Amino acid sequence: MNAALAPPPSAPTPSETPTHYLNASYGFRSWLLTLDHKRIALLYLASITLFFFIGGFYAVLVRLELVTPAGDLMSAENYNTAFTLHGVVMIFFFLIPSIPAVLGNFLIPIMIGARDLAFPKLNLLSWYIYMVGGMVAAYALFTGGVDTGWTLYAPYSSTYSNSNVTATAIAAFITGFSSILTGLNFVVTIHKMRAPGLTWFRLPLFVWAHYATSVIQVLGTPVLAITLVLLILERSFGFGFFDPARGGDPVLFQHLFWFYSHPAVYIMILPSMGVISELVTCFSRKKVFGYGFIAMSSVAIAVLGFLVWGHHMFVSGQSVYAGMVFSILSFMVGIPSAIKVFNWTATMYKGSISYSTPMIYAFGFIGLFTIGGLTGLFLANLGLDIHLHDTYFVVAHFHYIMVGGAVMGYLGGIHYWWPKMTGRLYPEGWARFSALVLFVGFNLTFFPQFLLGYMGMPRRYHAYPEEFQVLNVMSSAGASILGVGYLIPMIYLFWSMRYGRLAPENPWGAKGLEWTTPSPPTTFNFDETPVVTEEAYEYVKEEKH
Amino acid sequence: MASDAKTATSLWSGGGSPYAIGSKKFGMWLFIVSDMLTFTALLVAYTYLRMSTATWPTPFAFSPSIIFSTVMTLVLLSSSLTMVMAVHSMSHGDRGKTVKWILATMVFGSAFVILHMMEWMHLIRDEKVTPFSNPWGEPLFGATFFGITGLHMTHVTIGVIYLGIIAAGVGRGKFTYEDVEVSGLYWHFVDLVWMFVFPLIYLMSVKM
Repeated sequence: MNAALAPPPSAPTPSETPTHYLNASYGFRSWLLTLDHKRIALLYLASITLFFFIGGFYAVLVRLELVTPAGDLMSAENYNTAFTLHGVVMIFFFLIPSIPAVLGNFLIPIMIGARDLAFPKLNLLSWYIYMVGGMVAAYALFTGGVDTGWTLYAPYSSTYSNSNVTATAIAAFITGFSSILTGLNFVVTIHKMRAPGLTWFRLPLFVWAHYATSVIQVLGTPVLAITLVLLILERSFGFGFFDPARGGDPVLFQHLFWFYSHPAVYIMILPSMGVISELVTCFSRKKVFGYGFIAMSSVAIAVLGFLVWGHHMFVSGQSVYAGMVFSILSFMVGIPSAIKVFNWTATMYKGSISYSTPMIYAFGFIGLFTIGGLTGLFLANLGLDIHLHDTYFVVAHFHYIMVGGAVMGYLGGIHYWWPKMTGRLYPEGWARFSALVLFVGFNLTFFPQFLLGYMGMPRRYHAYPEEFQVLNVMSSAGASILGVGYLIPMIYLFWSMRYGRLAPENPWGAKGLEWTTPSPPTTFNFDETPVVTEEAYEYVKEEKH
Repeated sequence: MASDAKTATSLWSGGGSPYAIGSKKFGMWLFIVSDMLTFTALLVAYTYLRMSTATWPTPFAFSPSIIFSTVMTLVLLSSSLTMVMAVHSMSHGDRGKTVKWILATMVFGSAFVILHMMEWMHLIRDEKVTPFSNPWGEPLFGATFFGITGLHMTHVTIGVIYLGIIAAGVGRGKFTYEDVEVSGLYWHFVDLVWMFVFPLIYLMSVKM
């Protein structure tokens, strides 16, 4: 991998090629033992991309099975395994680390004018922990997989399932520590290592979003960890926490699981919102509208996110009064989310917008996130949720947030900072084309699922009544377009590492400390600690005559 | 930009109170908050299960169970005192004394673990309590008891090892005052957790 990332030895006038973090040293050791946050970010980039394609493979299996109403491609058991592994891999090994561990790792120190994170060794350790977790997951995957759904609900997971629940739980448990340590590292870094003059309210909104995300990672993940320990104790040794026969309660598992796993949704979407804030201001050439509101709405989402876990359990038999409170609180999450969308829109208003690839992703994000967010309100509604619970409506809703939101933001961010990360520009035409393909493919895949869910098709079955076939075929067709949309960037981004045009320091004319460093930056980012004397996003608006 | 670096220093906001502490210390505080949530989740689970079980047993007699666990509590509390003394000695730069106090803390910590293991063995052998069954009915009594005390004991054991590393380093002239203080934070945290475990597990299970 290092050979592919390093610039070619035959680069023009190699004697004049400046030293940067990629060519500072060579060889496997220089990557596997690196303490440079930028190299660790690339290690994460390679590993999460691998997991993305593993998770994607299982999505392909699911969509292929659902082309026909009969369960003909695979048995019900294999289908259960396929959608479970899709969920487990995508959530724990792709979405949660995606933006924080790649873009956050790479950019937070540079954005705040620091040489590295507060704990570089801990940062490398996080990657190794992640990889160990990944190996255990791979073990679980190759020895039969797991069929409980990514939610690992007891008592099926603890008592009845014959699949590799224990190994999967151990994998998620281990990876959780990587997440905690990354969050801890970010919080300390953002508090302690800001450059002179970089006050809290001058921080890029990307940093604010990561701060809020990190707080969730630090506070939420240990609850999942202990829940998984209890699950393993029950399954492997016979402790009875979740087993009614021994006095336990399966609903307790749901409470504990969602106490982490609902905030985990915000671990996935908040960093993406941070990316979008950067993209929208840069490509509108305008100071962001309502900086304080966007920053604080990230914090508000993080706080409210911890109070709404019960909305996953409206039909679980929890108290109706608890359900009412959870319902109201869930509606309230809509407020800070809407604040963000309105502020992005207001930022674009009368801006001089350019339709570069990252901005196209930002448009995609805003539209798809809005649909995903508004359908979330349907599901927060106590009565309506009884109709929609565990149907494809839910599947469509969270894919609009997770793929339409989180992944769009991730790809937009990858494109935006690609010149900074690699020192090369990607081919703009291909990039715009693939962004468009992704948008079309995504909607074709997931919009029919809203209809299917509303018509009553439950999730997690490999067979379905014939009247649902047309919409399912549309969805599978969309999925194949979506797959192409992911492969194109994969190819041209790899290609651009070697053959892309050399990127200038600031190809977008963007504000922010990361654009004052060379592309790619040197190992310690700044020769001198920068001093910040202006507010964030001081874009000078071009007057139109 | 660099010309007005002096003015900009006054704008520095990387320091001000209450975060004017070293990164390591701040990191440890965050870890403690995180770990606190681990115990919170477990204790909430315990409370949830206990509240929803009308026949939850309260089997611990004052003698020997409560007396024994009170002694354990005193041992652990004493270890916090010796840890305070270790941090105090280190603040005066007295590495020799610091090592002695840390060793004393480790002795108390180990004593706690040994006493706790004796308590476990007593319950398993004499009272026939296991995570799966016990003479008083509700199997969850044993499951929660061993789960919670086991998690806490793991933390104490890790703490003793951690203090051992710190003591060895301090003796060889490595580590600063901050390192000792940070290890102290962890140790006090583990003690503090016991102050929740002790009443919830032992005192609330006294035989009436």
